Amino acid sequence: MAVTTASKTTRSRPSPKSRGTKDEPTLSTKHLLELYRKMVTIRIFEEACQRAFREGKIGGYLHLYIGQEAVATGFLDYYRPGDRIITAYRDHAHALLLGADPKAVMAELFGKGTGLVKGKGGSMHLFSVDQGLMGGYGIVGGHIALGVGMAYAQAYQGQPNIVQLYFGDGAIHNGGFHEATNLSGLWGKEKLNPCLFILENNHYGMGTSVERATAMTDLGAKFDSYGIEHEKVDGMDIEAVIACAKRATERVRKSGAPYAIEVNTYRTVPHGAADFIERYRTKEEVQQWRKRDPIGLLEQKLLDHDRADEEQLAKIRDEAKAIVDEAVQFAEESPEPSLDELTTDVYVD
Amino acid sequence: MPTLTYRDALRAAMADEMERDESVVLLGEDIGVYGGTHLITNGLLDRFGPKRVIDTPIAEGGFVGAAIGMAMLGLRPIVEMMTWNFSFQAADQLIQNAAKIRYFSGGQVSVPLVVRGPNGGGVQLSAQHTHSLEGFYGHFPGLKVVAPATPYDVKGMMLTAIRDPNPVLFLEAGALYGTKGEVPEGDYTVPFGKVRVAREGNDVSLISYGRQVNMLLHVAEQLAEEGIDAEVIDLRSIRPFDAEGIIASVKKTHRAVVVQEQWRLFSVASEVAAIIQEQAFDDLDAPVERVSGAEVPAPYARNLERAAFPSENQISDAVRRVLYR
Repeated sequence: MAVTTASKTTRSRPSPKSRGTKDEPTLSTKHLLELYRKMVTIRIFEEACQRAFREGKIGGYLHLYIGQEAVATGFLDYYRPGDRIITAYRDHAHALLLGADPKAVMAELFGKGTGLVKGKGGSMHLFSVDQGLMGGYGIVGGHIALGVGMAYAQAYQGQPNIVQLYFGDGAIHNGGFHEATNLSGLWGKEKLNPCLFILENNHYGMGTSVERATAMTDLGAKFDSYGIEHEKVDGMDIEAVIACAKRATERVRKSGAPYAIEVNTYRTVPHGAADFIERYRTKEEVQQWRKRDPIGLLEQKLLDHDRADEEQLAKIRDEAKAIVDEAVQFAEESPEPSLDELTTDVYVD
Repeated sequence: MPTLTYRDALRAAMADEMERDESVVLLGEDIGVYGGTHLITNGLLDRFGPKRVIDTPIAEGGFVGAAIGMAMLGLRPIVEMMTWNFSFQAADQLIQNAAKIRYFSGGQVSVPLVVRGPNGGGVQLSAQHTHSLEGFYGHFPGLKVVAPATPYDVKGMMLTAIRDPNPVLFLEAGALYGTKGEVPEGDYTVPFGKVRVAREGNDVSLISYGRQVNMLLHVAEQLAEEGIDAEVIDLRSIRPFDAEGIIASVKKTHRAVVVQEQWRLFSVASEVAAIIQEQAFDDLDAPVERVSGAEVPAPYARNLERAAFPSENQISDAVRRVLYR
């Protein structure tokens, strides 16, 4: 088969819905501004990472959450102490939202001894166990079974908690997804699997679109095979995500059984901080999605409905920028890990 | 002291610890209703119920991964690999997650997991069902890899494995499940990382682990008739690796033959030979000999399979070579 051009592959792809901001917001102004602050902080943090990567200050791989901020922001709004969060390698936002110190997160990316995991994991392996983050993982599909096992352990130990298990559309074609969700559905029948699957469908597994990866493109429906009910949500609309997250987390908490959400979202930046973005999607497609940028949409909604003025929003952005600037400065100035750390943490003594 | 089979000693260790510690759970294929393909878990479902003795579908990657997740939250899962041959399906979980999470979490998480099952060949199961994986898994830092040879050791080492806060791969000598030996009742542990001197001797060190240890003891008796006084060293654990125990024996005997069922290249025997030349070069009176499996996938036919694994003759020939006889 000839090489498919980007323009040809876009035809059957879901396009951003053109829902406006006409509807009156359902959340309080205070809540909306708090969500805005969180999403803006993630965005500015990720942009700072991108710069640092280009300057060679961040090594390895760097996967940014730009465009997808509303997803983790919305679902983690319903995080309760004792819940466990596990995700793949696009994990900076999850750490920040759970309360990890931005300075420690940035220092980790800079490979410093003050980093969240002491400079041993980098961008793909953020952990903050005391705050519920059980890790970012680098092998696509490899962490899904871990989350299912954690949900079993929580139920076995009689904890009133759930697991929020994040993964991308790329993982759904991997055996790791199918083996793990099968177990989750099975154990859920006995109320032994309070696991909320959050499928972040950004439509591309690296450079391969969903249509080029599977003949059955209704990804949420894959959960049907394992007896797990599911729904879809617009991941660019924070209010929609919040409403869905509230219902879904309550349901899983109450039932002890798994439930799945397919979140329609889009990564408006490359897969890694550097890739051949225009080989697999068109400029026009990216432009279309940028019009439904989750932060832009919320801004518009706040302004259109007089919930905030431009000055207030600018102030929030400035505060977020100050936090990120401080994090970058901290990371720059932090010492590298002590060489004694090379051989620690391989085993528990 | 009561006499138990290797199988019953293994079951006793798991059942005793399940009585003591509610965080211990079992997972695996056909371990519950069926009683275990090799009857290791026979009767445990009735004793401990389905929340603790979990029959799984045939999905090694899935249930090993789930067990890792359970361990990360403080359970102490023991996963049965029906045979270690199926563990390649779960190798991503064992190597990419279990072995490394402690490290890449900066020490925030531990994985107190045991994965156990029969390892090695000898019963005509041919290529896909015959592997000795000590060297393969022993390669990865973050894992512990052990291979008990006796009923006494299998109980004591299983208790050590369950209580170890790290992932332990427990490679049982499947061919020895029915063998008997003295096993104390109650609680005792055998530490990892210490060799066992299975037979004392002065002329040559015969070094192995798992089922080959019994073969070496038999060979040593035959050699005694020729006036050769062989020492037999049972490594017990591959990682941690007891270099000190190996070197102590070689410094006494000045000669070593290392025996293993697995392939020779990049193997446990390679490591043993390397350690001896690094740490006891001046003590050696002959090059270290390795007796290993043939460099072929395991064959089916009885005679071919026998020819693919170390034989008593190959071992005694190697001993005569290092003794220049």
